[in-house]
Amino acid sequence: MYQAFLIKYAEIGIKGKNRHLFEDALVHHIVRALKKVEGNFSVTKEMGRIYVRAEGGFDYDETVEALKTVFGIAGISPVLIIEDMDYEHVKDAVAGFVRTVYPEGTPRTFKVAARRPNKSYPHDSMELNADLGEAVLNACPWMKVDVHHPDIILTVEVRQSIYVYSETIPGPGGMPVGSNGSAELLLSGGIDSPVAGYMIAKRGVQIDAVYFHAPPYTSERAKQKVVDLAKIVSKYAGRIRLHVVNFTDIQMAIYEKCPHEELTIIMRRYMMRIAEKFAEKDGALGLITGESIGQVASQTAQSLLCTNAVCSLPVYRPLIGFDKQEIVDRAQQIGTFETSIQPFEDCCTIFVAKHPVTHPILRVIERSEHKLDDVIDELMQTAIDTTETIVIDEE
Amino acid sequence: MEAYLDNSATTRCYNEVADVVQKTMLTDYGNPSSMHQKGVDAEKYIRRSAEILSGILKVQPGEIYFTSGGTESNNWALFGTARASRRRGKRIITTAIEHSAVSAPASALEDMGYEIVRLPVGRDGVLDIHDLENALTDDTILVSVMMVNNEIGSIEPVAEIGEMLRSRQPDIWFHVDAIQAFGKLPIFPKRMKIDMLSVSGHKIHGPKGSGFLYVDRRVRISPLIYGGGQQNGMRSGTDNVPGVAGLGVAAEKICASMQENAEHMYELKERLAHGVSDLNDVRVNGPQDLRRGAPHILNLSFIGIRSEVLLHTLESKGIYVSAGSACSSHRRGGSATMEAIHASREVMESSVRFSFSEQTTEEEIDYTIGVLHEVVPQLRRFTRK
Repeated sequence: MYQAFLIKYAEIGIKGKNRHLFEDALVHHIVRALKKVEGNFSVTKEMGRIYVRAEGGFDYDETVEALKTVFGIAGISPVLIIEDMDYEHVKDAVAGFVRTVYPEGTPRTFKVAARRPNKSYPHDSMELNADLGEAVLNACPWMKVDVHHPDIILTVEVRQSIYVYSETIPGPGGMPVGSNGSAELLLSGGIDSPVAGYMIAKRGVQIDAVYFHAPPYTSERAKQKVVDLAKIVSKYAGRIRLHVVNFTDIQMAIYEKCPHEELTIIMRRYMMRIAEKFAEKDGALGLITGESIGQVASQTAQSLLCTNAVCSLPVYRPLIGFDKQEIVDRAQQIGTFETSIQPFEDCCTIFVAKHPVTHPILRVIERSEHKLDDVIDELMQTAIDTTETIVIDEE
Repeated sequence: MEAYLDNSATTRCYNEVADVVQKTMLTDYGNPSSMHQKGVDAEKYIRRSAEILSGILKVQPGEIYFTSGGTESNNWALFGTARASRRRGKRIITTAIEHSAVSAPASALEDMGYEIVRLPVGRDGVLDIHDLENALTDDTILVSVMMVNNEIGSIEPVAEIGEMLRSRQPDIWFHVDAIQAFGKLPIFPKRMKIDMLSVSGHKIHGPKGSGFLYVDRRVRISPLIYGGGQQNGMRSGTDNVPGVAGLGVAAEKICASMQENAEHMYELKERLAHGVSDLNDVRVNGPQDLRRGAPHILNLSFIGIRSEVLLHTLESKGIYVSAGSACSSHRRGGSATMEAIHASREVMESSVRFSFSEQTTEEEIDYTIGVLHEVVPQLRRFTRK
């Protein structure tokens, strides 16, 4: 039935003179997503719309799933394209479309919403509404017209061909990746940070990531888990450079020299500092974390103030007001949840104090950090120099 | 230096095994079911392996059924008995320390309405045969007990169990998971009154994906896998000639010097246990008399150091061990075996399994002792406060 999809986008439409840049980026990402789907697709921009056409056989569900990973798409409408514009033929085709998509046994109300941008077509929209509605009623006696609250709005657009559609599958929304700069994600193996990365990428931001690895306390499989998570996020966000930083020596130094209940907060401050270094290298304009106020000791308002104090870049915290369950729901939608709950420890969970500070005072934390003065610069430099960068690219 | 001390997870193939595997892949690659000469040539490997294995166990070649390995053998013994004997009863007795290749099919049968009894073991990991006697009922169809526990190396009294069952209720089938025992301890199913016995190839320097289930002639079990009727219709599927040939060669070689091997491994086990005994807070899990456990398994807890941390530290020095059972490392939480022997939380969390083969050397053990002396005190400086 369907050989094409009409791609609807929301916010791009209001981007004024930059609109074509956003549209081109969207086309690029649609092409990228469809590369993974078997079939011969063409993606075209026509008169302020984007169409995906399939030549020959293709799998409808796989195609829709792939399109649902493209940020910037607000809706996906499977379209019937009628090339033969002969009026009788058009009536038959529209009636046949309804008969196939809404078969008997599902009584429904509908209305035809015709538009005729192509004014050379000899029948205007009023005529089209009336004649096509009649054709549908004749072919499908179980359908009724309701112009006020129809179950189905049958949209008919007369352009160089006639486009018929009645359904819009929601897309992920947002804006095409790359249209809003880039940011550095602090990615752990947990549930939150992949979701945070997803949400910022959804706003069109290209993403790179930093993972803190602490062998022998965290295993090679814990690292593999993070690579797997980055791969899932990259289905939506495109290419991700994943920097794997060996954090063990820094963690040990903090452990030995600083008060134990401050370990996590101090550790997180060094993670932010290192992430900012990589942001600089990658040309990123902000940091992304999965923090949510009060979720754990290191994410109380006081703790956030303390970790935030070491950054000069803005820190994007898209989950800041989310409850855990809301984050879990998102993770399940995105498809990262199952991977996130694999039981490998990451370096945020080892050595955690039984009673970490929940109301750290910035001055106190800074004073504790001075105990690291003689070693920390060198340890940071070594950690950065020995970082392994993995390029994650779903293509 | 490298020390591979994870031989209970898997072993390196013998060179002779790799040779025969290659030969059956490149030269004698026929399908034993084919009528032509290529098929006949390939079939010879199957016959030969069946003869080797039956010779070792002192059973008939026709009582050996080749499978894809230990897990399939165990699954088949349980499901095959459950289906064939369902009119006689629905009670299956096993232990709390079985490998998941027995415990998981048992749980699946439980979901299907079978009654599963999981007998406790003592602190040494050994089943008390009186508990088993007391658990027997008229509707019991199967007793499944492992011969050597894969995590702590405890040896179960299978000969006594076999004797007791045969004299009391000979219609109860007795299955023994001998995956960790074969090639290490003498096993004679006829004398020990074992009805079914599971063996895996890759634990004895054979290929992965190979193994067998011994099924006594008197036993009737249903097939698990149906198809072209190979192996008397009991286990269909094109014969895995490379696996079966490799399994035969491996079994022949490992069993030829079983006693010397066992002695060698007991010495290594004692050497390692004594070598680290001066490190404080080291516990032996399983039989405290090392010679009462299997020769190739030593399970130690270095209290205060999480198993995985020690594992990864040793790994960085070229020493390969397991944290608990390799097969259960994907799950969080304690191992069923460690829970069954009432190990404390700190013992459980720090348990590491060292497992040897006859190829393990004293040098490797001494190197490991040296590394442990170096890293254990270091790691103990960094623990959760």
